[in-house]
Amino acid sequence: MSAVQSVRNGLGRATSGSATIFALLVVVLVAITALNPSFAEPPSLMTFLRAAAPLIVLAIGQYFVIVSGEFDLSVGALVGAQVVIAARLIDGEESRTLPVMLLMIGYGVLVGLVNGLVTTLLRVPSFIATLGMLLVLNGAVRLWTGGAPTGALSESFRQWGRGGIDMPVVRQLPWALLIAIAVGVLAVLLMRAPFGRTLMSTGDNDVAAAYAGVRVWQVRTIAFVISSVMATLAAVLIGGFAGVTAQVGTGLEFVAITAVVLGGVVLGGGKGTVVAAMAGALTYEAISRLFVQLDLPSTAQPVLQGVIIIAAVAYAARGSSRATSPPPPPAQTEEAGPAGPDRTPVATG
Amino acid sequence: MPLTKTVLAAIAVASLALAGCSTDAPTDDPAADAPVVDETTDAGATDDESAAAGGDGPAEGEFFVQADYEAELAQRDIEPEGDAATPWLQAIEPEMVDTAEFAAEGPQDICFSNASVSNPWRVTGFITMQEQVAVYQEEGLIGEFRVADAADDDNQQISDIQSFVDAGDCGAIIISPSTTATLTPAVEAACASGVPVIVFDRGVNTDCMTTYIHPIGGYAYGADGAEFLVENLEPGSTVLALRILPGVDVLENRWAAAQQIFADSELEVLGDEFTGGDAAQIKDLVTQYIQRGDVDGIWMDAGDGAVAAVEAFEDAGADYPVMVGEDEMSFLRKWDETGMTAVAPVYSNFQWRTPIEAAVDIFAGEEVPSEWILPQEPVTQDTLAQFLEQNAEMPSLHYAKFGGEDLPGYPEAWQDR
Repeated sequence: MSAVQSVRNGLGRATSGSATIFALLVVVLVAITALNPSFAEPPSLMTFLRAAAPLIVLAIGQYFVIVSGEFDLSVGALVGAQVVIAARLIDGEESRTLPVMLLMIGYGVLVGLVNGLVTTLLRVPSFIATLGMLLVLNGAVRLWTGGAPTGALSESFRQWGRGGIDMPVVRQLPWALLIAIAVGVLAVLLMRAPFGRTLMSTGDNDVAAAYAGVRVWQVRTIAFVISSVMATLAAVLIGGFAGVTAQVGTGLEFVAITAVVLGGVVLGGGKGTVVAAMAGALTYEAISRLFVQLDLPSTAQPVLQGVIIIAAVAYAARGSSRATSPPPPPAQTEEAGPAGPDRTPVATG
Repeated sequence: MPLTKTVLAAIAVASLALAGCSTDAPTDDPAADAPVVDETTDAGATDDESAAAGGDGPAEGEFFVQADYEAELAQRDIEPEGDAATPWLQAIEPEMVDTAEFAAEGPQDICFSNASVSNPWRVTGFITMQEQVAVYQEEGLIGEFRVADAADDDNQQISDIQSFVDAGDCGAIIISPSTTATLTPAVEAACASGVPVIVFDRGVNTDCMTTYIHPIGGYAYGADGAEFLVENLEPGSTVLALRILPGVDVLENRWAAAQQIFADSELEVLGDEFTGGDAAQIKDLVTQYIQRGDVDGIWMDAGDGAVAAVEAFEDAGADYPVMVGEDEMSFLRKWDETGMTAVAPVYSNFQWRTPIEAAVDIFAGEEVPSEWILPQEPVTQDTLAQFLEQNAEMPSLHYAKFGGEDLPGYPEAWQDR
């Protein structure tokens, strides 16, 4: 009884304000299945989820930054840089895999710190700060490699994006999916912890948050570091999935932001759930699959993709503005306790 | 809310701006107004294409000129003049021009305006070029080798060429144009400065340069792969075409030729998809097509990421397709490992050596071909073992037909890049 209740509550909280994205996801998945029934077979679903996992991880990272009221445009370039760095340093040697992966995480943290500190302490708008980082990363990689990647990734590096656990029914449970789920669970827990509430209130109104004692620069810097570490993880998954090419990562920053916005997370911060952002990523991937199933000419695909995304976000925005015009739901209004400076009832997690 | 809208608008504008970076404005009727170097040059600019997925062959248009197509296909069977051991010095049906007016004493400076080194093919070629320059610098024929890299930016390359012209001390200007139409005036300006101008790789719509160096071309490249699929697949088999991006003439020519050949065959083209040359996208797309139904063959307009396409079949537990790749080492090695039926069309990487040879010939006042058409021969099952052995020590993003084995820097220069 109470279990059912809490599940229902949980579902309600997870979907509040972002019901559109779940509806859209279901519609797209049903449409694909109708066009190609084999899509719903477990092995094909696993393939789909394996391919979607890197974007889910990226969207989680981007969510933290966006909900805190900033942008991170450097993630695509960071993914590219990390894959190129990994290929060059590993150069096919199995024994170098682990040290290089640790180095990549360190590099990711460094990039996130720079993004965060430049944005918060130097007060450069994050749109510019991270755009600058994008250029720096692209340029640095070009300088370092002489223009195009060299080297090769090892098998033990590639397995995380390519391999999985062999088992009946689904044929293979991809590591990438397990990693995405684990990161997703951690993200939900983090958003429910005091940090999550602080982050949300910072995005909602950083002046008020500062008055309430939040170290805004610290909170936002941490969000940038999370985003860069997620981009590093996505780089491991993407590099593992398909190996190294010069173009890897290009344009992923806009895909990640689109996925998050599709999930109903409001640009400018303070609103939206990480679960919906993950659903946004899944939906983005599903839409591109739908086009292949529909046999659309590849020249027409980006146009339709853009139209669907704009329509979905517009629809969701309409829905949410209607939902927020009456006074906020009663249950949580009084909850802004001494610990959390939350001014508004925000769905976290 | 207003903030949100502003930001959304900013993103939209930014993405539009990023998407529209190309400055190669479409000309109205390139076939008519372009004084094309020769019938075999890749005429035209960007925009538009006749690529409905599969089906009919391309109509005569910006990216398909029947006469050029036939000429290129025929050139594949013409024995090039010169020693086959040095293919970068060979030429197909050359028409020699006199260069006595450019004869010069002592070491001459060479100025090179490079479109970019933004892909492994260009990186490989540029290394070969530098090694060739080093040889002639040693011999005292070339002085300084000045390079300006435009990083794929037309405007940057125009100003690079202009500053070479303004400097006035280049013994010769070598140009590898980033796009055809936009760079034409800059090349004409270089010609007008009175120094010998050498253009290679992509063409421009003028014949003012002393020599224009290129392999046979895009139609031949596309046809090599498409013909192989037609020969090696049963009638009714399915083919997926993977392309890097639309609107680039060299790539459009390859696809136009393939469409022409597929249209006359009984193969079914499942679709043509743009991948941006990104391995992750290639693998993802191929996986989706395999899920949708059988894919018997893959045609690619460039071999970048061919290995990822093959891996998609492995990971899906499907049979290997008949594969069209390129002479990039990672693909050749995968081909050898898997034993699949494949061909590797070649866009002769050794062409990067030829401009330096041409410059030295011109400084000596010797005649050079006005259009220097280099051979372009695919790697086949018969020659695969030979190229694998020759390049055994080379990295995976190296091109087998780089033609630098006899240069003093070999092999280290190509290994440590």
